[in-house]
Amino acid sequence: MSAVITASGLSKQYKSSLALDNVSFQIAPGRIVGLIGPNGAGKTTALKAILGLTDFTGELNVLGFDPRKQRDRLMGEVCFIADVAVLPRWIRVHEAIDFVANVHPRFDRKKCEAFLARTKLTPNQRVRQMSKGMIVQLHLALVMAIDARLLILDEPTLGLDILYRKQFYQNLLEDYFDENKTIIVTTHQVEEVEHILTDLMFIRDGKIVLDADMEAIGERFIEVMVSADKAPAARALKPLDERQVFGKSIFLFDGVERAQLEAMGEVRRPSVSDLFVATMKETYA
Amino acid sequence: MKTFYWLVKREFWEHRGSFLWAPIITGGVMMAMTLMGLITSEVFRARGGVHVNGIDFNTVTSHMGPDALQTIGKALDIVILAPMMLIGIVMFLVVFFYCLGSLYDDRRDRSILFWKSLPISDRDTVLSKAFCATVLVPVIAIITSVVTGLLIMIMMAITASLHGANLWQMLWTLPHPFNITASMLSCIPLYVIWALPTVGWLMLCSAWARNKPFLWALIIPIGSGIFVSWFNLMGLFNLSDKWFWGNVVARSLLSVIPGGWVPGQLYGHGSLQIDHADDGDQVFATALAAAHNYAALITPEFLVGAVAGVAMIIGAIWFRRWRDDG
Repeated sequence: MSAVITASGLSKQYKSSLALDNVSFQIAPGRIVGLIGPNGAGKTTALKAILGLTDFTGELNVLGFDPRKQRDRLMGEVCFIADVAVLPRWIRVHEAIDFVANVHPRFDRKKCEAFLARTKLTPNQRVRQMSKGMIVQLHLALVMAIDARLLILDEPTLGLDILYRKQFYQNLLEDYFDENKTIIVTTHQVEEVEHILTDLMFIRDGKIVLDADMEAIGERFIEVMVSADKAPAARALKPLDERQVFGKSIFLFDGVERAQLEAMGEVRRPSVSDLFVATMKETYA
Repeated sequence: MKTFYWLVKREFWEHRGSFLWAPIITGGVMMAMTLMGLITSEVFRARGGVHVNGIDFNTVTSHMGPDALQTIGKALDIVILAPMMLIGIVMFLVVFFYCLGSLYDDRRDRSILFWKSLPISDRDTVLSKAFCATVLVPVIAIITSVVTGLLIMIMMAITASLHGANLWQMLWTLPHPFNITASMLSCIPLYVIWALPTVGWLMLCSAWARNKPFLWALIIPIGSGIFVSWFNLMGLFNLSDKWFWGNVVARSLLSVIPGGWVPGQLYGHGSLQIDHADDGDQVFATALAAAHNYAALITPEFLVGAVAGVAMIIGAIWFRRWRDDG
């Protein structure tokens, strides 16, 4: 199957800064891609370009559409949740459902209502009377009832408590995701998404610094715990990062033979957050 | 078409208070005041003649001459029109601020990101809002006014019948109430065209301004008016600065006032000139005729204004599509 998103030479210049710097990537169907980067790295700009919310230079094809010219048709196939609390505050639950049901050809009202039945939301409740977590439940109910091919989540769980956050991703995986759908998610809460991601993209200063699937990452990046006497030998292999824990050193290596590292100490797969910190460590310096 | 209907419905949901309740409450207040007036006159002036809105009930009998009938008819016209005047003022404020916020409020609270996540074109969104401002709100206002006027007439008829006069008969035999209703409804097409420059300008500001659309919407036309007056720029075209204030500044801010085209029709170069401006009856009748004089549609005032309004709405669509608030 062909790629869901193909971008080549994507650039976006704001007045003072370059938000996207000649970015190229492809996203295949049936993937859950984490787009991770520090604040101001260009994540939101990239998503906006995909959604046709901003102008840019370069080539971008989303599900066969050019987001600049065919935005309204593209939105029939794409859903997005752009952080919490973007639902209009005056709208009532039943109004939101009625409206989306009547303007969106792929909306399944029964599915939406079934999902809402599992929450505390009532049809006459207004968004302004809801907590952040409830707003996200409503938004997710609306989005999950739409049979879209691409779902874009921009910081969807920002400011939610842990119950809502866990539930959010669980619902997404159990009731929504399948091999025909693609999800792109940006978040700072990397630990919560790392076990559901199939692909990882790191973005920094408008450039993509890492773009790989999780298996490749597991093979390429290795963390090894080394006792003090073997530390100089490990350092000679040019680790990405080094930190001390209980008198031992933990080194993170990029593309070093596994056997060679196993000889030095206990080897394990690095967490995405450690990888992220190691890759981005000079960002704010 | 279905999407458009739901877009309009969405606007109605969001602005139910100003679209529906503002005119109804205004009408209700007028009715309450009329009722109070009727009661007061019943209590304090029971011995004298009862006057309400210019109708002396003692003259109202079932055996009236044609002169008296005409007078009563005119008074009834005024009874029906009076709510339209007050509700018209309310409607002006509603439409003005609705347009100013229409493409700005959802950018400010970021709910635009939700609306834009649905498969709706920006053109349809903007047009549905323009439709609400030019058609939906005026229709609601006119219906409310007519209903208020009729209810007030019925209240008066009941009072009159307490005094042995039969106003009921007149309500249904005189053509006035129905004429007035019909002429107000037939004003709507003119209103739509006439209001376009203001609706267009306010929506353009609403779609374009990064903040304070109200300030921009006022400062630009009024500032340019002051500029023009100061340097007497209109002298270049052998026009006075009054022309600029009347045809540019006022049209871009005040054209949403209902019946705004009537004065121009009466005193300008419209087809309905008044011969004797001191004849109150004639002014009234002519103003009423001017309000739904479709011939006015081909005057430059209407045409040029409409073209400018449409151009500004197209501009608003463009900004709605591409404005990136970062």
